[in-house]
Amino acid sequence: MRLDLQLIPSWIKPKSRVLDLGCGNGVLLEKINREIQTDGIGIEIDPERITECISKGINVVEQDLNQGLSNFQDQSFDIVIMAHALQTLRSPHLVIDEMLRIGKECIVTFPNFAHWTCRLHLSQQGKMPVSKFMPYNWYDTPNIHFCTVNDFEALCVEKNIRILDKAVVGNDSSQSLLGKLMPNLFGVTAAYHISL
Amino acid sequence: MTVDEHSVGIVIPQTQYFDQPIELACGRSLKQYELVYETYGELNASCSNAILICHALSGHHHAAGYHDENDSKPGWWNSYIGPGKPIDTNHFFVVSVNNIGGCHGSTGPTSINPDTGKAWQRDFPPLRCRDWVETQRALMQALGINQWAAVIGGSLGGMQAMRWALEYPDELRHCIVIASAMKLTAQNIAFNEVARQAISSDINFYNGYYMDHGVAPKQGLRLARMVGHITYLSEDGMGQKFGRELNTGNFELGSDEEIEFKIESYLRYRGDKFSDSFDANTYILMTKALDYFDLAREYNDDPVAAFSNASCSFLVLSFTSDWRFSPQRSREIVDALVAANKPVSYAEIKADFGHDAFLIPNQRYQDVFHAYMKRVIEENT
Repeated sequence: MRLDLQLIPSWIKPKSRVLDLGCGNGVLLEKINREIQTDGIGIEIDPERITECISKGINVVEQDLNQGLSNFQDQSFDIVIMAHALQTLRSPHLVIDEMLRIGKECIVTFPNFAHWTCRLHLSQQGKMPVSKFMPYNWYDTPNIHFCTVNDFEALCVEKNIRILDKAVVGNDSSQSLLGKLMPNLFGVTAAYHISL
Repeated sequence: MTVDEHSVGIVIPQTQYFDQPIELACGRSLKQYELVYETYGELNASCSNAILICHALSGHHHAAGYHDENDSKPGWWNSYIGPGKPIDTNHFFVVSVNNIGGCHGSTGPTSINPDTGKAWQRDFPPLRCRDWVETQRALMQALGINQWAAVIGGSLGGMQAMRWALEYPDELRHCIVIASAMKLTAQNIAFNEVARQAISSDINFYNGYYMDHGVAPKQGLRLARMVGHITYLSEDGMGQKFGRELNTGNFELGSDEEIEFKIESYLRYRGDKFSDSFDANTYILMTKALDYFDLAREYNDDPVAAFSNASCSFLVLSFTSDWRFSPQRSREIVDALVAANKPVSYAEIKADFGHDAFLIPNQRYQDVFHAYMKRVIEENT
């Protein structure tokens, strides 16, 4: 399981009502529904992943995050999660606003574009980084809004968003010392637990 | 007839007679009535694997299999009911009933009114979805079933399924609502009114008492069905199927041979076939039941409050090209269910054939439906 998905459950209270935006094949919801008895529902757009969720017994609603989330009521979920989808959105900042409106708390994870390997790739080759974690070419990538740990925190300041917890994970270990000391340089994936 | 390992084969309709009067939503009652139904698969020892199929406007009990070896066409939902199909008869006992007010054997306008000894015709009481739920429930009890594993319906059938979830929340575990709506839009009611006007302006309508005159308003019913049929398809679907192809004639200069587009003869064929087999009073009654349905009317028009009464899980499906029951209508159902904190899954199936898509084989539709029904089976074992 992806490292950020291993981190997330510790920030969720048992039996929470959870909305998982871009839930994929439901791997996170399946884990937290089973382990901490959450009442989870996923939002997904990919047909095959939707079928996979349904087979697993995960409740999933087909919806395009880029079309907005106005159909969800204010503060109707204990927690709204968006794991590794932020960078694919047309207007990430508006989706974050919506998440904070719908959920009492939110969890956002994203790939950190300021990781040293990205910097090295860009500075040495002068080309957009392509790696195991970001396997796309610049012209056909779903990731249209890459950001860095520093960028995200600046956005939180701008929007008066409280950071309740944060973690950055490296390539292999869950959270390396370097990642803790210099998250913007050594964090591959960033995870933030936020609220208003 | 083409029977393979995925067909339920030959089925024999059955009739259940009820002598307990039923109070109808309109305030009138039926002293007695009959329901014609079919079943597919076997009821298990704990009676926990039963599924109710609710039919749509022009549907009936014959949802799967064939009535005899010479049948050219199987039941209306044969693509989805049978061994190995989404509604898998290796696991489920499927009950498919012709609703009262219908014209395929269950008590309706063409039946004899016991008070007069003559056919009811237009005097048959107007019906609402809830009346069908009541009669379906009477059949359920007659069959010894206490709880449906699932109630499933498309279009008007989906409305019945939702009504079941609100009226008898403990008597179903899953509610599957396909290409349906919590209430019709003005445009949708408008199409139904055109259909009714087509029927009632037929010279043979006789204000609904045409059976007394030994005739039927076939021209009107034919026209009603033609209009309806256009709205059940999509522009793209019709384009794919018929385009501008001609049956007869051509556009060469100097040729005055009469031109007939394929779509014209197709619509006429469908209209003819329908008006030969369907009762006009039933058509009027069914379209009115559609128009009158409003899931949340008695819950202060609040669908969230309405669905708060449900205790089953829901699967909602819609089709991208369906403009008669558009995906937006299904999303409203889903939003209300989410807000009411009910378990729900929703898929919007890409399909070209408009509202009729819910009857037509489609890989994604089958996959999603199958995956959900597998859950229903697994929960029960």
